[in-house]
Amino acid sequence: MLVKLTKLAHARSGDKGDTANVGLIALRHEYYPIIVREVTADRVKRHFKGICKGEVERFELPNLGALNFLLHESLGGGGTLSLMTDAQGKTFSTAMLRMEMEISDDEARSLGLI
Amino acid sequence: MKQTIRIAAGQGFWGDLPEAPVRQVEEGPIDYLMLDYLAEVTMSIMQKQKARDPKAGYARDFVPLMKQILPACVERDIRVTANAGGVNVGGCAAAVRDVARELGLSGRMKIGIVTGDDILDRVDDFLARGIELRNMDTGEPLVMVRDRIQSANAYLGAAPIVAALNEGARVVITGRATDTGLTLAPMIHEFGWALDDWDKLAAGTIAGHIIECGAQCSGGNCQFEWQNIPDLANVGFPIAEASADGTFIITKHDGTGGRVNVPSVKEQLVYEMGDPCEYITPDCVADFTTIQLADDGKDRVRVFSIKGRPATDSLKVSISYSAGYKAVGTLVYAWPNAYDKAKAADKILRARLERLGLRLDQMLTEFVGVNATHGPLAGEPSADLAEVQLRVGVRGSDRQAIEKFTKEIAPLILTGPPAVTGFAGGRPKVEEIVAYWPALIPKREITAQVKTIEV
Repeated sequence: MLVKLTKLAHARSGDKGDTANVGLIALRHEYYPIIVREVTADRVKRHFKGICKGEVERFELPNLGALNFLLHESLGGGGTLSLMTDAQGKTFSTAMLRMEMEISDDEARSLGLI
Repeated sequence: MKQTIRIAAGQGFWGDLPEAPVRQVEEGPIDYLMLDYLAEVTMSIMQKQKARDPKAGYARDFVPLMKQILPACVERDIRVTANAGGVNVGGCAAAVRDVARELGLSGRMKIGIVTGDDILDRVDDFLARGIELRNMDTGEPLVMVRDRIQSANAYLGAAPIVAALNEGARVVITGRATDTGLTLAPMIHEFGWALDDWDKLAAGTIAGHIIECGAQCSGGNCQFEWQNIPDLANVGFPIAEASADGTFIITKHDGTGGRVNVPSVKEQLVYEMGDPCEYITPDCVADFTTIQLADDGKDRVRVFSIKGRPATDSLKVSISYSAGYKAVGTLVYAWPNAYDKAKAADKILRARLERLGLRLDQMLTEFVGVNATHGPLAGEPSADLAEVQLRVGVRGSDRQAIEKFTKEIAPLILTGPPAVTGFAGGRPKVEEIVAYWPALIPKREITAQVKTIEV
């Protein structure tokens, strides 16, 4: 079944220059392995097509059940140079949560998603 | 020695809720009030203010705030750490001394002054000696913008603030000090931590990171079950209840709104994070992958098990420079076909700007209600949208070109697509862009100065 990331995680995002950071936090401990498996740096780069013009880096924080992503060249120059409404990348968090992933029915059932 | 101290955050940024620091002092027990006033480009605004008036150049709001809370701070032994001094720490301290005298606190308190961060006058010397101050993001050398620099400050850490506290300062005022240092310093001072006890310094640094954005860890801007977060109108700002062993609890005053729980603290922990193993400050390198969190009752989260590593031999430098001009114009188009109308207006505007031959470095059109936050991820909008805001921004080095752009927005009302409004604010303003240039400098080049003055 197709699962939207918003069912599995919450997030907060911010900026460092022209780089947006998205911290993705599993809503439940047992969802963390799923987001580690599904939400790869490549997948995030494709998800943010047309928005993220640079590399995507991913870091794991198993202690917090969280992943941190750095989306380089994403904020129109960043800081005061940017003309974007969201020059600080504050809404990249929920943009990330729009991602959808295919999860087997068995797994979804075992996670209580259906 | 105290076994625990309560450090309260009073401001998440310069311009945060004015009543928050007052409530932190008045609505429950605290030992320290930490106030962060400096955003990345704040220093350049302060340099300009100081150029006009040698007595200015610091966070002016800090002085009336001190007037309001100093009697209670002296009475109840609360100490204040604040980077309110901007580019005129001495001026800020003198103003605080004056209000303390007015309040009859002469002989009853000292003010600590931490300087040495301002390196604007030394930039040429650094460059001449081969310290290039390359931009940490782009790798470009500072000479590229040398003639446009407006401010240059090294980030100082906790150590000089500790020195001021050790000398008995009731209020410690700094220039560009890290916000984490403002929280860590009271712990080092109270618990006598060694400056190479990396695990403890990392713990205090992470406590600082959690509370430095004010209510953003206590229910504000929190996605987790946001609909159920109680009484944000009355939101409680965070308090770090630190123990000598390097563990701490994040909490807030009883009776305030908002919420402190594991998800709210996690959200703040990942905010503006880079490599989680390498959170670098002047004081240490903190490892966020070692942090453990546990619920500790209502609105209390225990944070423990934090590991740190030795500080690096560099300090971060924040340089601001003039980077041209920008302006943003907006208009609102109403149903029906609001998006089509806004797109048509953008096309007309671009054709007119083309004909004027304006020299612009960048032009960006966004449609608020359609794609301003999530871009193409938002998908195609419903044809039935009630309204769409056209938002056009331009940037360039030629001020006159930007001025001309601002005169092209209002005419669209009578010369473009119909059902348009939203121009009550008048012509867009041309803004000078002050951009941020982060760099590194060897620590040996920077010496913090600490002094205390009697009121």
